Amino acid sequence: MTTRTSETGRHTGGLDAHLVVDRGDFRLDLRLAAAPGEVVALLGPNGAGKTTALRALAGLTPLTAGELRLDGRALEEPARRLRIAPEARPVGVVFQDYLLFPHLTALDNVAFGIRCHGVPKAEARALAADILARMGLEAHAGAKPRRLSGGQAQRVALARALAVRPRLLLLDEPLAALDARTRLDVRAGLRRHLAEFEAVAVLVTHDPLDAMVLADRLVVVEDGHVVQDGTPSEVSRRPRTDYIASLVGLNLYQGRAEGHTVRLHSGTAITTADDLHGPAFVAFPPAAVTLHRDRPESSARNAWRAEVTGLESHGDQIRVALTGELPLLADLTTAAVADLGLHPGRTVWATLKAAQTHAYPA
Amino acid sequence: MTTSAPQDGQNLEDERRRRGRGRRTRTGVPLPLLLPALGGFAFLVLPLAALLVRAPWRSLPDQLTSVEVWQALRLSLITATAATAVALVLGVPLAWLLARASFPGRRMVRALVTLPLVLPPVVGGVALLLALGRNGIAGRWLDSAFGITLPFTTAGVVVAEAFVAMPFLVISVEGTLRAADPRYEEAATTLGASRFTAFRRVTLPMIAPGVAAGAVLAWARALGEFGATITFAGNFPGRTQTMPLSVYLALQSDPAAAIALSLVLLAVSVAVLAGLRDRWMGASS
Repeated sequence: MTTRTSETGRHTGGLDAHLVVDRGDFRLDLRLAAAPGEVVALLGPNGAGKTTALRALAGLTPLTAGELRLDGRALEEPARRLRIAPEARPVGVVFQDYLLFPHLTALDNVAFGIRCHGVPKAEARALAADILARMGLEAHAGAKPRRLSGGQAQRVALARALAVRPRLLLLDEPLAALDARTRLDVRAGLRRHLAEFEAVAVLVTHDPLDAMVLADRLVVVEDGHVVQDGTPSEVSRRPRTDYIASLVGLNLYQGRAEGHTVRLHSGTAITTADDLHGPAFVAFPPAAVTLHRDRPESSARNAWRAEVTGLESHGDQIRVALTGELPLLADLTTAAVADLGLHPGRTVWATLKAAQTHAYPA
Repeated sequence: MTTSAPQDGQNLEDERRRRGRGRRTRTGVPLPLLLPALGGFAFLVLPLAALLVRAPWRSLPDQLTSVEVWQALRLSLITATAATAVALVLGVPLAWLLARASFPGRRMVRALVTLPLVLPPVVGGVALLLALGRNGIAGRWLDSAFGITLPFTTAGVVVAEAFVAMPFLVISVEGTLRAADPRYEEAATTLGASRFTAFRRVTLPMIAPGVAAGAVLAWARALGEFGATITFAGNFPGRTQTMPLSVYLALQSDPAAAIALSLVLLAVSVAVLAGLRDRWMGASS
């Protein structure tokens, strides 16, 4: 992460920020850098500080400390009492519930920002009409926001934010307000627009799928801090916190590796295919776990006694939660669950093939 | 017998439910509440009914076309409208400040703004004289620097009415602003609008219904203003004698004229109520 910060940011333009916002019981302390053209997703649970970070980038929430630079220009630096007002920042925002001005048509919503930048009314409206046409919204240019569907409103909001040619585009939960079917279409459209966008885009989401589809890089935020930073595939293959592990559906443990064995802090050892030394994570998918009625005599060296605590359907499988030596999740077919007679409180043996685990340095 | 028993039970249940429902809706109001309620309603409506009953309907056309009535009505409409304009120009920004800005002593400022709502208007008139009268603390300076004297002029009527009416507008607009989502202003600033532009082009159009309601309320209050006006501006026909003043004066010399004038004001009030019905009555029904 630190090497990335020095690679991008200052020299090549783009975003280089150290956001510190103190709000009594909550402190956001987040370093964020992105190159022009890069789409970064801030991913994290509710209350992690993602929206605060977005508001700080837009200038709507002042920084307590740190600094914010965009394309080499300082936008905010409390230590130097420097703070550029939100209206003077080259930043566009797509708000979670869009906040389209209800008394203006879609066209005038998009023209609003252009006019604020000193363009005469007629010209601003012509530019806005072009942008709406490019988004396939020309038929709705004259509609008031309340007559737009969720997907249309989302695109108008994006058009409005892009109309002022921002050097930093911020999107707050861009798909959260949409129903499942619309989401699919809008996600695809948004992905295309973000791919075409030549400056930095930062989007905030708690949905890992949105983050992975839309972003080039994920920055996982928990409790006001960055806990992981990487490409979607890195983050999903090598989660570093329980939150991400559960998001991407992996069992995750932390311990100390000695060759092919990782000894967890609880004392339990997991045999892995990777050869590693020092602090390490072990991750494996729930589908890699097999459950047995009795102690197995198979080749699997990873075998633990466990007690079933819960069962829930998960796609066409049943996800079984287990406690014991190693708390874990296992995915079984419905038939397997019936054969084993699984119910909460039942004791079983869980096995795991070393080849299906993945160990990596902590 | 055995088969009909549950049916009977079912019928009884139905019957009980039916009766219970009937009692609640038809005769559900207890007498100790019903009688005072009817009394209160009669108390409010009876005087208005009396006004209609005793109105000199036959001579009404003559009464209403007399020069004095038109003079007073015209003056009332002009001053009430001017006072509303003053209240809008000063009151909307004041309401915005109270709703959106945070500054020390904001609660105190709000309390002072609302004081004229509860202050006896005559006291307001006296206070205005002491402030803006020829020897008042600000009036003396207005007189010597600009040669402006307000008391006992039409402008004085506007000042007195605005003093009494503006708090209504401020409170109404402040309430609307508090209910409006401030994030629209934020959205406007991220698009490059200054806070004033955001207010003018986003907030103001969004709160327009609230501002209109506040303005109507202030206008109605200004139209009926008596105490502060007569104290601060006096009672000169054609110059400061508004409708309420002429009603009061006419009552002593020509009661029929007073009733006719009162009917005009009643009609205006009903019109105001009709104009506001969507806002007030619509919310409850």
